[in-house]
Amino acid sequence: MAGKREMIAKNIAAMLHDGDVVNLGVGIPTLVGNYVPEGMTVWFQGENGCIGVDKELPFPWDFDNYESVVGWMKRNGGEDGDWKVGHKDLGNANDIFVTLLPGACCFDSALSFAIIRGGHLDATVLGALEVDMEGNLANWMIPGKKLSGMGGAMDLVSGSKRVIVATEHCNKYGVPKLLKKCTLPLTAVECVNTIVTELCVIQCKNHKMTVTAMAPGITREELQAKTDAPLYFADEVCEMLM
Amino acid sequence: MNKVVDIKTAIDKIRSGDSIMLGGFTNFGCPLHLLYELAKRPQVNNLTLISEDLGYGGLPYLQGPGRLFENEQVSKSITSFIGANPDANRLIFEKKLNVELVPQGTLTERIRAGGAGIGGFYTPTGVGTVAEEGKETKMINGKKHILELPLRANVALVKAYKADRQGNAIFKYTAANFNTVMATAADLVILEVEKLVEVGEIEPDQVQLPGIFIDNIVLAEEAIF
Repeated sequence: MAGKREMIAKNIAAMLHDGDVVNLGVGIPTLVGNYVPEGMTVWFQGENGCIGVDKELPFPWDFDNYESVVGWMKRNGGEDGDWKVGHKDLGNANDIFVTLLPGACCFDSALSFAIIRGGHLDATVLGALEVDMEGNLANWMIPGKKLSGMGGAMDLVSGSKRVIVATEHCNKYGVPKLLKKCTLPLTAVECVNTIVTELCVIQCKNHKMTVTAMAPGITREELQAKTDAPLYFADEVCEMLM
Repeated sequence: MNKVVDIKTAIDKIRSGDSIMLGGFTNFGCPLHLLYELAKRPQVNNLTLISEDLGYGGLPYLQGPGRLFENEQVSKSITSFIGANPDANRLIFEKKLNVELVPQGTLTERIRAGGAGIGGFYTPTGVGTVAEEGKETKMINGKKHILELPLRANVALVKAYKADRQGNAIFKYTAANFNTVMATAADLVILEVEKLVEVGEIEPDQVQLPGIFIDNIVLAEEAIF
């Protein structure tokens, strides 16, 4: 059996369609790319300015050795063709070097956010600190903790056709993350369509959380006990992929 | 008109109190040479920095604008992501740095509006969040929108892979990011390039940033990170 995070990613990948344009956030969402079924192409968008991200590259140099940095930059700084193997000017929005698929394209931030806000993304997948039954999402700030910034998250969740939250069901202290009402500063209101955790898949609609799939071996009562928001169950509740 | 100057001449034009737009998304497409030259002049301070992110701290190289914060040269920052810069959080706590957080797409569009002569725009991004606070709102097609105002700066520091001597520029892969919009929205635009070619050597239909926006060009072919 795959780990919790991999299992969440696998179930989200199964919701995507051939040809979809999808933005993946940091954390669990980045794993979704590993589970796209063979023979199907999903165009992963980076808000920093590309569509068609293929693979993340391992960290390419030794940070204590300046020569290894300069050497890699020189070898991977050419005029053409390095999108297949990695280039010093080619990264994703998480600041990781990546390669591109044939058919990929690159553009500036203005066009990138025209794609995002203009409703041209089929889905955006991102993590959560809290989600509530109204579909409100909090994922960018904890008051009193180090300030980080919202980056592109607010634009992504307000512009995408479908917002999929990928999160562990409870936080590391065992406290539910699926709430009646979010307590942290919001990223957007009434924006979440689907929540995928290691225990269930939930559709958010009409201010209700409806369970459409569950992990094998867990009961409805156990699931409700780990969830603050009241849960509803679809007529047919499927079994999640393991 | 000769736009090509050495790096010291270009950075000498920046004064304390200036507002600076800085291209780049972390280190990708960030004019690191221009930044490091500015960081050699800690007496140039009280700057307003408008940038996607605030770079890194505590690294020997590849810090983006990190050094400007280490030197306490920036007193105001308009940005979408502080993330990897530990100095910024310390400076905010010490009340030496004022940060205006802006959603990334709103930031790029405010700069685009500033450069395109547009007096603002309405966006649904940020409705119901801190990004809405104190702003005018309007219902458009049944959906609430926030009025966002344009941004301009005294100086833009931008980076391209290659340009001709007029400043017609080409970017590699994801290095265009904020550079194109920022070059349209500042009074003085300084372009750092890795390759400088003669006028006519770039096919007109391959130009991604027209040279008319560029005031000065600095060639920085030696990689210093």
